[in-house]
Amino acid sequence: MAEEKDPKLEAPLAPAAEAGEKVRLPVVVPTAQLTKRPTGNVLGQAWLVLVLATVFGAGLAGVEYALGPIIAQNRLNETLAQVPSLVPGATQGTADDAVIEGRRVFRALDADGKLVGWVVPGKGQGFADKIELVVGLDAKAETITGLFVLDQKETPALGDNITRADFRGQFVGFGTGVPLDAKRAPRDPGTGTIQALTGATISSDAVCTIVNQTVAAVKAPLAAAASPVAVN
Amino acid sequence: MAQSDGPTPLERFINGILPENPVYRQMLGLCPTLAVTAAMKPAMTMAAAVLFVLVCANIMVSLIRHLLQPHLRILVFTLTIAVFVTIADRVLAAYVYGMSKALGPYVPLIIVNCIIIARCEICASKQGVLPAIGDAVGQSFGNAVALASVATVREILGKGTWFDLPVMPLTSGDYGWSLMILPPGAFLTLGLLLGLNVHIQTVQARRKREAEKAASTALATSA
Repeated sequence: MAEEKDPKLEAPLAPAAEAGEKVRLPVVVPTAQLTKRPTGNVLGQAWLVLVLATVFGAGLAGVEYALGPIIAQNRLNETLAQVPSLVPGATQGTADDAVIEGRRVFRALDADGKLVGWVVPGKGQGFADKIELVVGLDAKAETITGLFVLDQKETPALGDNITRADFRGQFVGFGTGVPLDAKRAPRDPGTGTIQALTGATISSDAVCTIVNQTVAAVKAPLAAAASPVAVN
Repeated sequence: MAQSDGPTPLERFINGILPENPVYRQMLGLCPTLAVTAAMKPAMTMAAAVLFVLVCANIMVSLIRHLLQPHLRILVFTLTIAVFVTIADRVLAAYVYGMSKALGPYVPLIIVNCIIIARCEICASKQGVLPAIGDAVGQSFGNAVALASVATVREILGKGTWFDLPVMPLTSGDYGWSLMILPPGAFLTLGLLLGLNVHIQTVQARRKREAEKAASTALATSA
């Protein structure tokens, strides 16, 4: 009995050690090169950092060279994939060469290659981060035909309801002449009223503001481009 | 191997999974554990990115460990980690674009994830390539287990799904417990799981002590 250790004497060990099968303290491996003092001049000490930075930099440039075009294509495809759902009658989209106020607009074409509408990207501050969306417009840019949110980081279960089809569907059929406004009232195309989402006033407002800015920026140029003279 | 006095690759591997689990025992990498565990898919993508970065960084650091200057070692670790994180980030954006968007800034933030710097410092800068790989894989598995445990609870209670498969119709759709997929759910879940973990440890330790005591008393009385 006298040989036995009192368990209380061993108590102040870490819980991990207490529970483990064998009590083992963290292993510290003494290493000569980590205890020696720095030697040599600046280059003698830092050459490894410089060499690594150069090699790694070249490697990353190679990765970007190989993957950059794929990533750019992914971004483009994401918008193009939405074109049929944003413009009625459209079966495909092509990136237009025109850039209106920094926006790359997309032509929505039907099966015969005839212009049936436009898809225009818009971007603006939401509640948590930038909201990126695309607006579908008819060929004369007079009516909103669709809305899709590409990127948002709004509050899950509240603000991120802006991606739901029932909220986005409210915008369809609104004329581009009346500015949109999110309110606590039923949807009304006459006054541009969008019924705001419960608990997400700022996100709802942000979407309306981005749509308004987008429409205002591209309306006149697109209407001009869609006129029979401009369409080739 | 240059040094044989450290833990073997197998020990390093096993230690990473539970005895030295990065999240539950070392309390490292809690930021991604809280942020990307609203569902299983992003959590497991994150775990895979950590596995890639940790294995590559550990191998690299282990290979150059004899060239390290003591006062510049953290700089070299960070440089190495940053390169592999950038590669992982670009590869995700090129081949799993949707997931890359869902993870947002948390993939680039692996650079400052303490799990990886800690493994470079504790293992890779002091041991050969094999223990470093064992360590990296073990710690990554431990990290994946921790992320999966939190994400499972949050996704099932918050959305009624697991890996997007419906498992609990009661909490699906509009009836989800949305608190669980919001940030408070992350803190609650991690806190409760950590508590459970410590409780199990304590009970095990007590049982072991009692069993030892009983054995020694039996020995004393028989003698």
